[in-house]
Amino acid sequence: MAGAFEPILTAGIGRMALERIEVYESQGGYEALRKAVRQMTPQAVQKEVTDSNLRGRGGAGFPTGRKWSFLPDDGRPRYLVCNADESEPGTFKDRLLLERNPHLVIEGIMLAGYAIGAARAFVYLRGEFRQAYEVLQRALAEARRRSYVGDRVLGSDFSLEIVVHRGAGAYICGEETGLLSSLQGGRGEPRLKPPFPATAGLYGQPTVVNNVETLACVPSIVSRGARWFASIGSPKSPGPKIFSVSGRVRRPGNYELPLGTPLREILFEHAGGLEPGRRIKAVQPGGGSSAILTEAHLDVAMDFDSVAQAGSMLGSAGVIVLDDRDCIVEAAQVLAEFYAHESCGQCTPCREGLHWAARVLRRIVAGGGRPEDIEVLQSLPSRIAGRTICPLADAGVGFLSSSLKYFVDEYRAHVTLGRCVREAYVA
Amino acid sequence: MTPEWAQRRAVVDEILQRYPERRSAIMPLLHLAQESRGYVAREDIEAIAEILAMTPAQVESVASFYALYVRRPRGRHTLTVCSNLACVLGGARSLVEHLRQRLGVEPGETTDDGLFTLQVTGECLAACDQAPVLQVDGYYVHRASPDKVDRLLEALRRGVPMAELADRAALPHEAEGGAQGGARPETPAGPGKGARADGWRL
Repeated sequence: MAGAFEPILTAGIGRMALERIEVYESQGGYEALRKAVRQMTPQAVQKEVTDSNLRGRGGAGFPTGRKWSFLPDDGRPRYLVCNADESEPGTFKDRLLLERNPHLVIEGIMLAGYAIGAARAFVYLRGEFRQAYEVLQRALAEARRRSYVGDRVLGSDFSLEIVVHRGAGAYICGEETGLLSSLQGGRGEPRLKPPFPATAGLYGQPTVVNNVETLACVPSIVSRGARWFASIGSPKSPGPKIFSVSGRVRRPGNYELPLGTPLREILFEHAGGLEPGRRIKAVQPGGGSSAILTEAHLDVAMDFDSVAQAGSMLGSAGVIVLDDRDCIVEAAQVLAEFYAHESCGQCTPCREGLHWAARVLRRIVAGGGRPEDIEVLQSLPSRIAGRTICPLADAGVGFLSSSLKYFVDEYRAHVTLGRCVREAYVA
Repeated sequence: MTPEWAQRRAVVDEILQRYPERRSAIMPLLHLAQESRGYVAREDIEAIAEILAMTPAQVESVASFYALYVRRPRGRHTLTVCSNLACVLGGARSLVEHLRQRLGVEPGETTDDGLFTLQVTGECLAACDQAPVLQVDGYYVHRASPDKVDRLLEALRRGVPMAELADRAALPHEAEGGAQGGARPETPAGPGKGARADGWRL
């Protein structure tokens, strides 16, 4: 069946300059928006998205239509925020869409804004994405000129302005409440949920936060219908998905495939497999935050539920591959340093615990490991994960706890020998 | 209010009207300050506080949360090397080593001629398929081999705008045969390193 799948979100990238509005229009671009504002009620657009069973592509996999339905109908202004703060290690799909297919994202935002009756839409764009910012600003100017964005869209009564808000370097702003704190002009510190953004979001008003790729799915759902979308991929996780593959594969890159494509197919048929003579050691299927899978898991279907059953998470679908030359302990240290650095500092288990993890790992890698370190590392995850305001703490121990499960001998060898038994980690 | 902020009134007003609440303008105003001066100075903090009816301490507390706002002058170009997992697998450490030698500075430092500031970040720069990666002033340099980095430094010294040298996000089939940045280098840790690519000649 995979042969029958045609890319939807990335169609045309590399063959034509989709960032130019006339090129995007020549491919049927903005027809979905035209159809919606002329022939459909907002409720009908929302129903189509609900029936399509589109699930959030930012990582949580929450049904998008349901998220929209939580907005209370109480007359307060509503806001739509496109989460374009892509910072999850191993993930580079949103940047591709923003740089190379910006109008698809804009059209998705306009459709979602129409469906929920947004008073204003914001794109929270990662501060490091300078090219994406320039491309998006040009695309928005074109879209305003052609009446797809702004006052009275295509002559209808629907008006919506899109504001691009640039972040400034903080991983935590990808978490929706951290993002909203930041967008309100504060530090990007998450807050407890509930209340959820749907009832108390931006400025305390009802707010929807959707990921770039999630919104990019909406135009095709509106133009081709919920049934068509729901028929792609896994029944419970339908639709196209961009898998960002990196690490030890011969053809790293973004691959748009149906959700539920087996991990083995993604790695070996699409990403070119491994270097000759190498074996898979560990794979993070859902970004730096996800628990590792091993060779034994290669037949897992890459959808939200199946990857969860395998003990990890689909997350952002950033697939990072390690092979037999790679040192698990050093990889754990690289990730631990990152999460420790990105902790916002509000919660003690995260602020202190992730730093402890990083320090112990740093010492082991430097050759100063002690036998009791293994126990310390094993005891950390349960004292950190699930005990904080936001999931960064859980993310910070995903690799650590799962690698201790599968590769504890390698940790022990590191401590005993004072160095890695493997080849040099990198040349 | 300094003269330069007084001159920016129109730009500031445009920024303010993007948001239902004034305080949301703090980040764009900090970006504005940094883009015009190269860093955020104390007088910028005070001006922004005045514009938004906040105290300077409140503005400082927001500015200090975000890694991209810097409070001291830097070189004309900032080179930021990604050192997250995929880039480390792809040779980020040798890339940092190469840059240290070529520039004669440690991470965090600026070259004596004021041209380059070297930075190493743990933040994944979202270009893992192009490892190892660095950003120059926010623009990407993919598959940053020693040769490519040397050519880049040379072009920047000649004053070529970074926007003209930047690599764009690409799909795998576009990278075949090398994108605009030149041919695909060997993966630093790849097998066959030092192997003869031309086969054995009799």
